[in-house]
Amino acid sequence: MLKLNQLTKRYATGDLALKAVDVEIPKGQVVALIGPSGAGKSTLIRCINRLVEPTSGGVDLNGKELTKLGSGALRQARRRMGMIFQEYALVERLTVMENVLSGRLGYVGFWRSFLRRYPQSAVDEAFRLLERVGLDHMADKRADELSGGQRQRVGIARALIQDPELLLVDEPTASLDPKTSRQIMRLICELCAERDLAAIINIHDVALAQMFVQRVIGLRFGEVVYDGPPNELTPDTLTQIYGEEDWEATIEKVDEEEVVTPEEGAVA
Amino acid sequence: MSATLSAPRKWRKPPLIKNPFLRWSLLLGSLAYLLLAVGSLEVNWSRVYEGLDRGGRFILAFTHPDFISRWSDIYDGMMESVIMTITSTAAGIIISIPIGLGAARNIAPLPVYIICRGIIAVSRALHEIIVAILMVAIFGFGPLAGFITLSFATIGFLSKLLAEDIEDTDRSQAEAIKATGAAWLQWINYGIQPQVMPRLIGLSMYRLDINFRESAILGLVGAGGIGATLNTAFDRYEFDTAAAIIIIIITIVMCLEYLSGVIRAKVQ
Repeated sequence: MLKLNQLTKRYATGDLALKAVDVEIPKGQVVALIGPSGAGKSTLIRCINRLVEPTSGGVDLNGKELTKLGSGALRQARRRMGMIFQEYALVERLTVMENVLSGRLGYVGFWRSFLRRYPQSAVDEAFRLLERVGLDHMADKRADELSGGQRQRVGIARALIQDPELLLVDEPTASLDPKTSRQIMRLICELCAERDLAAIINIHDVALAQMFVQRVIGLRFGEVVYDGPPNELTPDTLTQIYGEEDWEATIEKVDEEEVVTPEEGAVA
Repeated sequence: MSATLSAPRKWRKPPLIKNPFLRWSLLLGSLAYLLLAVGSLEVNWSRVYEGLDRGGRFILAFTHPDFISRWSDIYDGMMESVIMTITSTAAGIIISIPIGLGAARNIAPLPVYIICRGIIAVSRALHEIIVAILMVAIFGFGPLAGFITLSFATIGFLSKLLAEDIEDTDRSQAEAIKATGAAWLQWINYGIQPQVMPRLIGLSMYRLDINFRESAILGLVGAGGIGATLNTAFDRYEFDTAAAIIIIIITIVMCLEYLSGVIRAKVQ
């Protein structure tokens, strides 16, 4: 479904962030992208929806070559790629509902979005998604009144209302506590399974990634150095990805914690 | 632990200017300049003494300001000033917004940026009085010249500060909106506008305040408003009428100040 061909990015400063990366991701697969800071994880997912312009190489999404698109076609293609951010990146002075509906901006005209007159179907879907992430009672709260976990749930709803085929997830748990991190990861993976979505999740927490994803890609200095199932990560492969360190504790099997309902999560 | 036994290490804040010779010569140089500058002032003490009497009468006039005998002149001048202030502020804001957007480096392409910065530089280079003299020469005496002058000055002030606020916005919020496939105007409306709105409102109120005060000066060069009335009152040595006008100006400025405080607290 998504195919990266020899994807390369060189920044204006001369830093080579991605070195001819080849990755193929089938429909419905959730992939964790791990690697040290500066390995090119953020650059990689931003090259897919072209928030960062790749220098060379191709990005093929369902047979469409994204790197060749003009600005109008690029906007249309972006609609089908939901993005979830590290610091949530909600528009803080807008309400929760406005933030969720902003995911529909690619589908509605300027005046409708300016006057906040979204089609009823979009409003219904927004309420359905807010209910799914346990925040439907918060619709008219301003985004900056929410806790970190709640904000990330709004971020997830905003990405999903785009009706995406692919989720690009950049460090979704980096500013969350361990319990909320698990809840958010579980929520993302459940939603991907419900909708048969593919997802690329940048993540620093290797153990957390191992708990939830089907495949792990390790990136170092812009190159893929590991690509395989999460349970085959060994201290040696982690050393290859991150450098020398004692890895035994990191890949210890983590017990699956108790199932948390969305209501409970909303309070957290 | 032998280091703890040796003498305590001294620490002083490093001086702003490292070179001690440069530091002291700058200091002594500015002192000498200050003394010479004060010495060069020519004060005609006998003229000051004569003026004291008139100054005293003017200050005493504040104890019995005369609102009555020139009331129709005061009223006309004041209405002219108020109308000039409100219309020029509104026109200035409407023109400033597109120029401010164009002058923000993070959202405007370089050619647009240079043109908009150029407009701002021209507007800021010329003081209101100079513009007013020019406008009076073109449009003749009266409030039209004042209206154009104040609108022109508002553009320089508001566009510059708005552009700087746009440059300070949080990139990730705007990036998130872009990732949804939003068009340019939608991106501005959702990603940028909510972040700069409080400051734009605060600055507009502040500019309203400035424009009112400026409108009182513009009368001196024939551009309409309360300044003309005030000038006439001084020319006729009607200090009690002048005192009345100044009291009204102070009252209005204080009301505006209070109003802007209330509004800014509301929009945070």
